[in-house]
Amino acid sequence: MPDGHMSDTSRRRFLQVTGGAGVGLMVGFTWTGTSRRAQAAAATNAFVPNAFVKVAPDGTVTVLIKHLEMGQGVFTGLTAIVAEEMDADWAQMRAEHAPANAKLYNNTAFGPIQGTGGSTSTYNSWTQLRQAGATARALLVAAAAQTWGVPASDITVSKGVVSSGTHKAGFGELAAKAATLPVPADVPLKDPKNFTLVGTKLPRKDSAEKTTGKAIFAIDVVQPGMLVAVVQRPTRFGAKAQAIDAKAAKAVKGVVEVVEIPRGVAVLATSYWAAHQGREALKVTWDETNAEKRGTDAIIADYKALLPKPGQLVTKEGDVDAVKGAKTLKAEFTFPYLAHAPMEPLTCVVKLGKDGCEIWAGDQFQTIDQMNAAKTAGLKPEQVTIHTVYAGGSFGRRANVESDYIVEGVAIAKALSDAKVQGGKLAGRPVKLIWSREDDIRGGRYRPLYVHGMEAKLGADGSVLAWQHRIVGQSIMAGSPFDQPGKPDATSVEGAAEIPYTIPNRLVDLHTTTSPVPVLWWRSVGSTHTAFAVETFLDELAAEAKQDPVAFRRKLMEKHPRHLAVLNLAVEKAEWTKPLPKGWARGVAVAESFRSVVAHVAEVSQDDKGRIKVERVVCAVDCGIAVTPDVVKAQMEGGIGYGLGAIMYGAITMKDGVVDQSNFDTYRCLRIDEMPKVEVHIVPSANPPTGVGEPGVPPLGPAVANAIAALTGKRIRDLPFAGSVSV
Amino acid sequence: MPPIKLTLNGKPWSVDADPDMPLLWAVREIAGKTGSKFGCGAAQCGACTMHVDGQPVRACSTPIGSIAGSKVTTIEGIEGKVAKAVQDAWVKLDVVQCGYCQSGQIMSAVALLTDNAKPTDQDIDSAMSGNLCRCSTYVRIRAAIHEAAKALEI
Repeated sequence: MPDGHMSDTSRRRFLQVTGGAGVGLMVGFTWTGTSRRAQAAAATNAFVPNAFVKVAPDGTVTVLIKHLEMGQGVFTGLTAIVAEEMDADWAQMRAEHAPANAKLYNNTAFGPIQGTGGSTSTYNSWTQLRQAGATARALLVAAAAQTWGVPASDITVSKGVVSSGTHKAGFGELAAKAATLPVPADVPLKDPKNFTLVGTKLPRKDSAEKTTGKAIFAIDVVQPGMLVAVVQRPTRFGAKAQAIDAKAAKAVKGVVEVVEIPRGVAVLATSYWAAHQGREALKVTWDETNAEKRGTDAIIADYKALLPKPGQLVTKEGDVDAVKGAKTLKAEFTFPYLAHAPMEPLTCVVKLGKDGCEIWAGDQFQTIDQMNAAKTAGLKPEQVTIHTVYAGGSFGRRANVESDYIVEGVAIAKALSDAKVQGGKLAGRPVKLIWSREDDIRGGRYRPLYVHGMEAKLGADGSVLAWQHRIVGQSIMAGSPFDQPGKPDATSVEGAAEIPYTIPNRLVDLHTTTSPVPVLWWRSVGSTHTAFAVETFLDELAAEAKQDPVAFRRKLMEKHPRHLAVLNLAVEKAEWTKPLPKGWARGVAVAESFRSVVAHVAEVSQDDKGRIKVERVVCAVDCGIAVTPDVVKAQMEGGIGYGLGAIMYGAITMKDGVVDQSNFDTYRCLRIDEMPKVEVHIVPSANPPTGVGEPGVPPLGPAVANAIAALTGKRIRDLPFAGSVSV
Repeated sequence: MPPIKLTLNGKPWSVDADPDMPLLWAVREIAGKTGSKFGCGAAQCGACTMHVDGQPVRACSTPIGSIAGSKVTTIEGIEGKVAKAVQDAWVKLDVVQCGYCQSGQIMSAVALLTDNAKPTDQDIDSAMSGNLCRCSTYVRIRAAIHEAAKALEI
């Protein structure tokens, strides 16, 4: 999903860091032995052929989803993969979150870690869940064969019905018998040309719950005796609490206790409202010795000062300096810090006992969160149970290597267990930590601020002879287990290091900066900024060469047929050459991210007051086999809206280290009246599925910026553009 | 302080709470109905939208003491043909993604269609622009409101 984090490069780094030697062995899934399966079946009356599939006596098939459902549709898409191989009926399929268990439910793209990100959910589950479904089907068929005394080859399965001649049975009727049979190895998978569910429009599995208010998110979880906590954090990143005056806070009706934790001061109360009021009354003095005191203007100036200097080498092809006498174009770009601002602010419920800790969260990084929670609580990771519930969006925010909000929740619960706090009488009380929107917007873990410098040399015939791309900004991986000191930070340069255009002389380098401002992967990570710089600068070169931007790209893309096909589909469907009304213009951009390629054609208009509106976006995507095409479309629509809001308005700015924004009035996000019409076209493909949650975002910004340039002549190089273009 | 008396989803509701407590938190934490969501606490996002005497309000910024005697309806309590048409259209078009804002979206859409049986895109944009969706399900929200309007014609 759409959420993002690990590019291939960063994943590889992680494997190196964690010693990924055994990772190949972890692909696939762990079978429970026959006798254990029989026991499980006896205990629950269910047939549990493997870690991913449960068949109940009533015929309901439940798929255990190892990934977080945060809107990207894994409950639907992953369930469809199993249903396809089982020849089940879509109506009998259910989905539920798997427990946190890295041995059974690791993300095979991450290695020995359960987690969701880098748009890998379908990609890493495809073969695993096909095998799980096919094996479950084989066992049901074997059970039918024994029961009816017919050869397995005479049995067919269709829409959840197993039949042979006059014999017919549902999965539920065969479940008990199937649970006693040995699990076959290497069950053949379906020929994709026989797919009946994959590739078709299937209703989402979470629509009903989410249109009736019944879906449960972490903020809805209630435990007996639960207290609600809010945390006062420093106004400047890197500051620490020095002195706390909790008298007035404790006097607020409903406030139960005030405790200090490493990241701030927590107010605990019987309700959110009381906790919130208590925090308003709390007085904390902060030690700002190590805090960030620069404003974002100063940070940008510091970064720009680095642009003339060579950075750490990322890509070198040919020799850019050897190109003489050509026409040179230069451009500088600035990209602000961005907050993810998922609709559900960060929330978790923690119940800490002497021998274990239970956590309810829209958990995106189960294995890392178990480790960090255990460390905070003084337990072993296996003593931490995580109940993953629906997340109200994430866009990368809920997965971070410090497990920030989880650790806060556990630290508060731990503080209550101290005998010095009310004589220990609050020990063991469950704690629900709720971040307010202000906490979310001002709480850091932003998409890093970046400055880019670009330079290109054009031949007399318009050919691109040289291309230089310098990037300045913080590393998302630095200081984390993913860090590889000495090597360029992959998340800063993905989408720039490799481009689908053949240019004989190319140099990409990087200045990695540091700041106490915490940063994080944000839906499509490095490509949020690299695709903008690459695709708008390329458009400038096309204009300078007096060539059509599509024709210009096609020529440079000859060695990348997949990109070319996506570009061609988008421009064909958008009717690129068809005249638009007066005051309208088109722009195009194409970008690869998370193994998928997306092209957008944006149509923008300008009214008589000079205001720009994005009217329509035509999208083409190659994501391999589109398991559930309607979910793919939804992710493209969502990526377009998310990306558009960001380039129009998105910016976290700081004055003297203090964040200027606090809520949706100052951190503006896209609203319905600003949403363009969207058309999505999927490139037919027989290749295994690739990413869908993130890849819709990267080409949106440059397609819109290129359209604005075509319409007004103004090149957007500083984001967000609402500051320089009327909207 | 005497309890505050209201009607919640058709039933009498007597709340013993600080009159300044926002309606949202009284409904979520005292009445235990969690379908209405907290998104901003500042009437900026609409995730908390409920109907008070039939009108959509931002419950996160409505002190419960200010609406004593009112009829409050939440996502758990909406009924009737408009509500059904809206919820059916939402499911038919698979509007939801993360789903967190959708209770609020549906409450606003039901209020819109109750007032205006045949809204244009502009009417929809104007009635729904107070409801944020970070998943940007806006294309489908527009389509689902048209779909519900069409279903209500029959």
